[in-house]
Amino acid sequence: MGVNLGAPTPFATAYANATPPDLPLNDGAAGMLPAENLYARLPQGIVTTSVDQLFQWARKSSLWPMTFGLACCAIEMISTFMAKHDLDRFGLIGQVGATPRQSDLMIVSGTVTTKMAPAVRILWEQMPEPKWVISMGGCATCGGPYYRYPTVVQGVDQVIPVDVYIGGCPPRPEALMHGILKLQEKIMRQAKEGRRPTADLELVLAGEGVEVA
Amino acid sequence: MAIAPSIDMLREPAPSVAEERNLETVEMTINMGPQHPSTHGVFRMVLTLEGERVKNVQSHIGYLHRGAEKLGESGDLEGYRKAMITLDRTDYLSSLLNEHAYVMAVEKLAGISVPERAEYIRVILGEITRINSHCMFYGAFGADSGATTPFMYAFALREEIQQLFEAVGGARMFPNYYRAGGLREDVPHDFVRRVQTIIDRALYAFDDFDNLITTNEIFLSRTRGLGIIDQTRALDLGVSGPLLRATGLPYDVRRSEPYSIYDRFAFDVPVGTTGDCYERYLIRQEEMRQSVRIIDQALKDLPGGPTMGNAPKALRPPKGEAYVRIENSRGDFGVYLVSDGKSSAPYRVKYRSPCFVNLQSLNDMVIGTYIADAVVALGSIDIVLGEVDR
Repeated sequence: MGVNLGAPTPFATAYANATPPDLPLNDGAAGMLPAENLYARLPQGIVTTSVDQLFQWARKSSLWPMTFGLACCAIEMISTFMAKHDLDRFGLIGQVGATPRQSDLMIVSGTVTTKMAPAVRILWEQMPEPKWVISMGGCATCGGPYYRYPTVVQGVDQVIPVDVYIGGCPPRPEALMHGILKLQEKIMRQAKEGRRPTADLELVLAGEGVEVA
Repeated sequence: MAIAPSIDMLREPAPSVAEERNLETVEMTINMGPQHPSTHGVFRMVLTLEGERVKNVQSHIGYLHRGAEKLGESGDLEGYRKAMITLDRTDYLSSLLNEHAYVMAVEKLAGISVPERAEYIRVILGEITRINSHCMFYGAFGADSGATTPFMYAFALREEIQQLFEAVGGARMFPNYYRAGGLREDVPHDFVRRVQTIIDRALYAFDDFDNLITTNEIFLSRTRGLGIIDQTRALDLGVSGPLLRATGLPYDVRRSEPYSIYDRFAFDVPVGTTGDCYERYLIRQEEMRQSVRIIDQALKDLPGGPTMGNAPKALRPPKGEAYVRIENSRGDFGVYLVSDGKSSAPYRVKYRSPCFVNLQSLNDMVIGTYIADAVVALGSIDIVLGEVDR
C-alpha cells in the first residue's frame, strides 16, 4: 500500500514507513476520503508526491554555489567548505567552477562596494533560474562595520534579491551552515507556496538601488 | 634537491608560429576579474594577448575600497580603539600583526609603556598569525598552480589556529585583542599548552606541505623561473616582504629595525637567489618554521605579571605624529597617526600597505609569460585586496 508523504524523502526511509498505523487496510472502505482510497490501492513501496516537490527536493539537495569571494567572509566560507566543517554533506559542492552559468546559489561573502555592485548584478543575471542568494556577514546584509560609508553599498539586497541573511563579522562556519539549512527549508517551502513572483523582484530592485550598468 | 634540467628549458620563449612564418597576428584583449577564483578577491586585470603570450597588463583596483582609514578617524566614543575595528579587516589574514603595529603607534604617540608579559604574548600571537597567513598563501598558491589538495591541508592547521584565537580574543578571525598599553585581558589559563600543541602539530603540517608540492615535478615546472624580479628593480618598486627577500636581500623589519622585543629572539631571515615564484614559495615555507622557532623561545621565557599597564581608557595624546613599521606576513606594514592634541580620536590615520606596493611588480612579472602563468605570478605576490584598497 502506498502513502502520500508530501515532501519526498529518501526512498529507503519511505519504504520502511510506508504503512502508517491509522490507515485502514481494507480496500475501498466506506467513509474513506477519495484520496485515501486511492493510496490504499497502491502497492507497497510506492511514494506519491508532486512534481514540484520532487524537483525542489532535488534542487535543495545539490545546490551548486558560485565561488565568489569578496572580502574577509570569503575566508570563513572557504573554511566551511574544507574538511573540518565539510559543506559537501549538505549537497553543496565547492570548487566545482567559478562560472555563474552552472550555479544556482550565490553566497555574497563580503563587502559590496559601489564599484563592485554592477559586477554582482551581472553575475546574478547570468545565473540560470531557479537561483537563490545568501547574504553572508554584516557587510553584505546591511553595510556592517562600514555602515554609511559612501563607497559601500548598504546591503547587497539593494542590488539583487536575497533569500537568507546571515549575521556576523564574519559569521562562523556553523552560522553559514545554519543559513544553508534555512535556505533548504525555504526551497522546500517554495514547492508548496510557489516561487516569489517576478514583480516582487522588480519591486526590490526599483528601490534605492545602486545604479546598475 | 635535485631538479630535472629540462624544466627551465620550458620557460624559454619559443618562437611562435606567427614569427616563424612571418604572419601578422591580431592582439586580443581579455578581461580577468573582478570575479575570478585566481585573483584572490576582487582584483581585475585586463590582459592584452598575442596568442598565448601576455603583451600588456592593466590592473584595476578599488573594488574593495571601504574607508578603513577614514572610519578610524571618526571614533567619537571609541576613540583610538575604533581604527582597530577596520584595521583588522584591511588585511584580514594578518589581523593581529597589524593590530600590533597600530597599538605601537598609539603607544609611541601617547608615551605609554607596555608590560613584559603583554609584549611576549603579542609576539607569540603575531607569529601564529604569520603562520596562519602563510597557510592561506600555501593553499591558494597550490590552487593557482593546479593543485586543490593543499587547501585542505592548509585549512586543517588554520582551523586549530583560529580556535586558539577564539579562546584568546573571542573571535575566530578578528580578535581585536590588543590595546594601547597592553592587552584587553589576560590569556586563558591553558594558553601555553594550547600554543605548544599548535606548534608541535604545525611542524608536522609543514612537512606535509613540503611532501605535497615542494618537490612536485608539475609544481616546479609551473613556478621555477617564472616572474623573476631582480634586486635593483625590486628596490626601485619599493617591494618588501618575501618578494624582496626572494631577490637575495635579507631585509626583514624584525631584524633590521627590531621593534617590540624581537631583538631577544634568535631566528633566521631566509633569502633567495633568483627571485622567482618558486623561491617566494620556499621563503614563506621557511618563514613559518622560523616563526615556530620564535614562538618556542617566547613560550619558554613567558613572564608572569600584568598584561595591561596603567594606560588611561580614554586616550588624549599630545599633539604630534607617530609612524611605526612592522614586518607583517606580506612585507613592511606601516601605521602613521596624527593627533591634534584636542580630540580623543586620531586626526589622521594612514596605513602603508605592503600588498598595494608589491602589486606594482605584477607588470614586470607577467609581461612576456603565458597567460596561464600570469595566474601563478599573481598568486606568488600573495595579495589581500582588503589591504590593497583599504
